[in-house]
Amino acid sequence: MNDMTPTREQREAKLEGMGCKRKRVEDIRFTQGKGNYVDDVKLPGMLHGDFVRSPHAHARVKSINSEEALKVPGVLAVITAETLKTVNLAWMPTLAGDVQMVLADGKVLFQNQEVAFVVATDRYAADDGINKVVVEYEALPVLVDPFKAMDADAPVLREDLAGKTTGAHGPRKHHNHVFEWTVGDKDLTDAAFKKADVTIKEMISYHRTHPSPLETCQCVCSFDKIKGELTIWGTFQAPHVIRTVVALIAKIPEHKIHVIAPDIGGGFGNKVGAYPGYICAAVASIVTGKPVKWVEDRIENLTATSFARDYHMTTEIAATKEGKVTGLRVHVLADHGAFDACADPSKWPAGFFNIVTGSYDFPTAHLAVDGIYTNKAPGGVAYRCSFRVTEAAYCIERGMDILAQKLGMDPAELRLKNFIKPEQFPYHSALGWEYDSGDYHTAMRKMMESVDYAGLRKEQAEKRAAFKRGETREIMGLGVSFFTEIVGAGPSKNCDILGIAMFDSCEIRMHPTGAGIARVGSKSQGQGHETTWAQIIATEIGIPSDDIMIEEGNTDTAPYGLGTYGSRSTPVAGAAIAMAARKIKAKAQMIAAYKLEVHEGDLEWDIDGFRVKGLPEKTMSMKDICWAAYNSVPPGMEPGLEAVSYYDPPNMTYPFGAYICVMNIDVDTGVYKVRRFYALDDCGTRINPMIIEGQVHGGLTEAFAIAMGQEIRYDDEGNVVTGSFMDFFMPTAVETPHWETDFTVTPSPHHPIGAKGVGESPNVGGVPAFSNAVNDAFSFLGSTHIQMPHDYWRNWKAAKNLGVFA
Amino acid sequence: MAKTQKTHVTMKVNGEEVEGLVEPRTLLVHFIRENLQMTGTHIGCETTHCGACTVDLDGMSVKSCTVFAVQAEGAEIMTIEGMANADGSLSALQEGFRMMHGLQCGFCTPGMILRAQRLLKENPSPTEAEIRMGISGNFCRCTGYQNIVRAIQYAAAKINGVEFQEAAE
Repeated sequence: MNDMTPTREQREAKLEGMGCKRKRVEDIRFTQGKGNYVDDVKLPGMLHGDFVRSPHAHARVKSINSEEALKVPGVLAVITAETLKTVNLAWMPTLAGDVQMVLADGKVLFQNQEVAFVVATDRYAADDGINKVVVEYEALPVLVDPFKAMDADAPVLREDLAGKTTGAHGPRKHHNHVFEWTVGDKDLTDAAFKKADVTIKEMISYHRTHPSPLETCQCVCSFDKIKGELTIWGTFQAPHVIRTVVALIAKIPEHKIHVIAPDIGGGFGNKVGAYPGYICAAVASIVTGKPVKWVEDRIENLTATSFARDYHMTTEIAATKEGKVTGLRVHVLADHGAFDACADPSKWPAGFFNIVTGSYDFPTAHLAVDGIYTNKAPGGVAYRCSFRVTEAAYCIERGMDILAQKLGMDPAELRLKNFIKPEQFPYHSALGWEYDSGDYHTAMRKMMESVDYAGLRKEQAEKRAAFKRGETREIMGLGVSFFTEIVGAGPSKNCDILGIAMFDSCEIRMHPTGAGIARVGSKSQGQGHETTWAQIIATEIGIPSDDIMIEEGNTDTAPYGLGTYGSRSTPVAGAAIAMAARKIKAKAQMIAAYKLEVHEGDLEWDIDGFRVKGLPEKTMSMKDICWAAYNSVPPGMEPGLEAVSYYDPPNMTYPFGAYICVMNIDVDTGVYKVRRFYALDDCGTRINPMIIEGQVHGGLTEAFAIAMGQEIRYDDEGNVVTGSFMDFFMPTAVETPHWETDFTVTPSPHHPIGAKGVGESPNVGGVPAFSNAVNDAFSFLGSTHIQMPHDYWRNWKAAKNLGVFA
Repeated sequence: MAKTQKTHVTMKVNGEEVEGLVEPRTLLVHFIRENLQMTGTHIGCETTHCGACTVDLDGMSVKSCTVFAVQAEGAEIMTIEGMANADGSLSALQEGFRMMHGLQCGFCTPGMILRAQRLLKENPSPTEAEIRMGISGNFCRCTGYQNIVRAIQYAAAKINGVEFQEAAE
């Protein structure tokens, strides 16, 4: 070897493979304003569509008069439900098995519901047209309170469901009932509660909020009449699913539909579903023969395209007096708004809420969820969460704190006492999941040591004593949260969307010079797939990640995938990428053996190529194998070096983490200060620690927003009172706390590279940490549970209700 | 409704004289994005809250979604398209955002960088608290701001010719 020969370390480093903090490929264009988002798409002759929306939450639509609107310069068409009926698109199916009005058909069911679609030469003219459409309404009684939805005299919202006693998920009990979903052993659980030394019962609400990515939902639809082809550029987290949905409902052959999701400005679950804007833009393009763009504004986004949460969870835990949990009983009242437009796997009306036993070894549990309709926006999307997991984590993590309080135990100690033990994995939960792996005690203890938990409790005790002596008006809370996520939907045995199994896919093509392209069925909205997917391939096949181009989002070129949400990309698409790379490597090994004139079994892998066992000088690099694949493959072998993998995961993955929030609250003003927030995540194998940390920071910030103020709130008339960024809490750099991150690594035993997914963990674990901190702060004053969001006003009110101003 | 009379506007954008015909109600951000076809400036809320549309207008950070194009008559404007160094390489702020992982989806990034460059002109060595206050008119939904703060600190150090030192946790 001469001095020029790179060392093993240099060869490793050159790959920039898994585990390294590779700088992002995407940033080169994003930092220069050269991203290509949907609103950047501009086509010749393109028109703009915009909605006439309902001011009422519940009203009959008596008439729609478009005459004056059509006289507005630039306005070309006004589409109503009557227009859509001619193409059978006045209603559309939702992913949750319900149907939803595309445009108001006879009545409106929530404020800002889409009533008519005005098509014009530019967005200003469309707006002029909207102001000239005259809609006559007859107001109807409004249903806002979910707890009154199933009263005998509650207004009938969904007249289209009259007489239907069965919905997509079984029997309906009431005209405003969507479904009832039950899991677990009721008798066994009831018996556990009868025998229990200690029980708690609390109605824990997780309020309605909204994902609100900075880029709203938008699309450009272009129908080519000559070819009969429809091209849609859209903000789609799952472009292939959109293509199939369009094929099914618009009756256009699927090969004539081209869906392109370009750069996406954040998704957080908002961009999974299909919205009326997409349908109307497509119909408008078919009608006018021109491309039509639809871009919603922020108020439309917050008030009409989906929402998240709105779960009201009556939570009961049974335990021994020593603090061993013996049973869990949860009833959820799930407010779905006017239409059930959840974006969950089709067979899961409440998503994976049955992860609600959390990280604890509950011998038995029972869960019942009642979905109901109200006069609110439709949805129920997974806002930075894997299908209702954040609701479940909040439910159990609040519940455990309430139990600890009743037992007079420390909340961390109670958790340690009830964790599933490392030797119990794979663990079968009382509500039906098989947890793949975990080491909860290690993570929890590491968190407690890192923040000096004992010291913090001591300080809290001193502060409480000082408060009682009247020496301070500040109270201190420690919010402990230990979450188990369930992500990576999912195995075909239990996960599908509209009948399509939730696999994901990757196609890799290596070019003769040793560079290549990988196309993946996932779709980044900021997660950095162009960077991290290449790192997986680099490690697997020894080609530098800089030499691998990643492409997503074009349904014509990418293999069919179910998209990116629910932290499924790394567990499912990431696995497909590794498996496709391994197919490349397997063929490469045959080529190398042929070229080196040895048997395949005589070769071993070494960083970036193969070498002959026992003869370290005799090697062939992957780069050279790529060249050989195009000119001298073994006799009988097809030339080229390409592979496709469709990966059907054998199980979900179960990331977990231990979080703690240290907070002070001034009882006279309700003003809180987050003194410290520490987040330890275990997401298995870490592909890019820089990106993981970034994901955790972002998820924690969204958790902070939700727990401390972010809410979609309605008044009694069904008016949205938090419909703009004036009222809907968006933390800025000033309010946002400083984040401390940490990790342990417990690889997934069934995932090809042991990775579990991380993007949503911080939201799932973060919300209970914040809420537990507030509740812990007030607990010594006699409070058991204070509902979120914990803004200054509510904190002040809580203090007032606890009599601290006496 | 009569077709609205259009007005002729001229301004300097990223050092180049530009002109166009706009309606009096045309927003500056639409003039930039649609007339000039410079799509790096984004729209996130239309109500001056989110800052995705931030540009530099006559030495001030301005949210171009609530300024009429006619109000910018004769103005000097800088957008993200004018941020790179003269040789086409990334400027200190652009480099800082990449090095410190100060962006994810990239949608807030142009506005955030435009705001940061003005902040650093006003205060070349800001403290963390000054940076946080200085960018509080710009929302980011992805990063939690911590790495944006580091990105701006990185750029400040580079511009000031000093070594970037990360603050201790």
